[in-house]
Amino acid sequence: MITAKDVEHVARLARLSLTEEEKSLYTDQLSRILDYFSALDQIDTTGVEPMSHPVSATNVLRSDTVVNPPGHEKMLKTAPDKEDAFFRVPKISD
Amino acid sequence: MSSLIGKRIGELKTLLQEKQVSAAEIAEAHLDHIKNNDSQTHAFLNLTEELARKQALAVDQKLARGEDPGALAGIPVAIKDNISVAEYPLTCGSKILGDFIAPYNATVAEKLFTAGALCLGKATLDEFAMGSSNENTSFPVPRNPWDIDRVPGGSSGGPAVSVASGYSAIGIGSDTGGSIRLPASFCGIVGMKPTYGLVSRFGLTAYASSLDQIGPFARSVEDAAITLSVLLGEDGKDATSLRAPFEKSGEQAPDLDFVQGLKKDNAPDYLKGLRVGVIADFLSDAISPEIKAQIDKVRKVLGDHGAIVEEVTVSHIKEALPVYYIVATAEASANLARFDGVRYGARADSPSDITTLYNRSREAGFGDEVKRRIMLGTYALSSGYYDAYYKKAQQVRRLIKESFDRTFERFDVLLSPTSPSTAFKIGEKVDDPLTMYLCDIATLPANLAGIPGLVLPCGISTEEKKPLPVGLQLLAGQLKDAVLIKTAFALEQVLPPETYESPVLKAAI
Repeated sequence: MITAKDVEHVARLARLSLTEEEKSLYTDQLSRILDYFSALDQIDTTGVEPMSHPVSATNVLRSDTVVNPPGHEKMLKTAPDKEDAFFRVPKISD
Repeated sequence: MSSLIGKRIGELKTLLQEKQVSAAEIAEAHLDHIKNNDSQTHAFLNLTEELARKQALAVDQKLARGEDPGALAGIPVAIKDNISVAEYPLTCGSKILGDFIAPYNATVAEKLFTAGALCLGKATLDEFAMGSSNENTSFPVPRNPWDIDRVPGGSSGGPAVSVASGYSAIGIGSDTGGSIRLPASFCGIVGMKPTYGLVSRFGLTAYASSLDQIGPFARSVEDAAITLSVLLGEDGKDATSLRAPFEKSGEQAPDLDFVQGLKKDNAPDYLKGLRVGVIADFLSDAISPEIKAQIDKVRKVLGDHGAIVEEVTVSHIKEALPVYYIVATAEASANLARFDGVRYGARADSPSDITTLYNRSREAGFGDEVKRRIMLGTYALSSGYYDAYYKKAQQVRRLIKESFDRTFERFDVLLSPTSPSTAFKIGEKVDDPLTMYLCDIATLPANLAGIPGLVLPCGISTEEKKPLPVGLQLLAGQLKDAVLIKTAFALEQVLPPETYESPVLKAAI
């Protein structure tokens, strides 16, 4: 069971400023979805290693060759606000 | 000359090689068809006309010089709009990307263009590929070309509608829990999710990284196989793209030659002795009777051609639904953290501080289902709930994978319906997320296990007022993509002949 308080907490973690209407909608919907998910509780998973990836991949390194990435000018072109070679945002700390 | 619309890859290639038609003419014919008809179907978010014309010119020049123009020369393609095409908008079906222009090509786009394909446009999708009906979008909802009051299926609705309408010969989608296979089934075309890692995800906007895979839509198994052959390959830009299968040789190497050996004459021979398991877990009363009848028909045809068909239960396969919606949403909550209004996309007006900037940009930019999934995933990962949800889901994911491994010791391929129903009415399921999630019950196990899945039309349902296509799903073990393609190709030859032409396509042929 998930409460309105849980929803507010999760929204804060997820950086979403939900409306009151959304909070009540999600409390109801997420409760029902999580209730359905409780089917998993019936399964014995003692000693089962969690699986995070479908293929057993090992880490590989790319050969150390020079490539030409798009460059900061091109990437900055899509910024909502910028100054010189930087993304511009409101004040972060006092 | 007859219409260029609705032609297969082989037919267009012959016309090009015999100089009966130019790539430029193919591009214009398809662009005209889109402009005349897509206002009712909404397959495209943006057309890439200039790019298509440039690509067509390059193909025509190569042909004139007698050079090989590539495996997909002059073949029109629609690309799902969560895959980057350089210098064109990338929306992911979301408001949060604002007027974002992709700075580079996805690896698959690069491969398609090198092979001579003509990119006609960016096709619509559920926002960030989250959905089963393609109704989760801030843009017009695409329509099923068989009945425009119905959904095309999601999340890759746009490329599916494009292929089923004849706007393009092939389409490129992404499949995280069925997002290629479900719309292929609803639209009466072939769709395939390859083995995880066979196709690079570089340039695909990540939804759930351990599940996402890019794959083709086409109107025949052979065309899907030709397209997949162009898409696959190791990529240094995607750490999860597979290297090993491409380095092995001889008997060790998996069969990755999907096109050779697809010969119509001896195709049915492939079915002789083929061990086919029909997934009993998906034959319950929740499946529409007519879909069950179509599956029975396929079983009989397989048996008549010497296949060994048996029902099989895959343990824990039904728990794939909760496992998927925990794993996928958890990964999504992390992947979508990058959309914060700082480096790209839409930013909320004059926020007082950085946290307000994040919160308000995300609140205004994301749609309802995306927020719901971010909330669900954040909850499953949050302190106090991690073990009960995320860890538990990952453990059951392993049980499902192992269960498939055991099943594929006894069977070459598995057969099941794609979805419990045919295409449903627009608006029918939007108010109940859980009912919508149930559409994916048969498709999402393949993503959890990383195995390939292919959907093939197998009949036409007449249960509703208008005829609607029914798709069957085939699954095979990891890297057995060729087995899947050969089985589907053989089935295509031996199933009762049917053209699977939607009314929008038929009117243009």
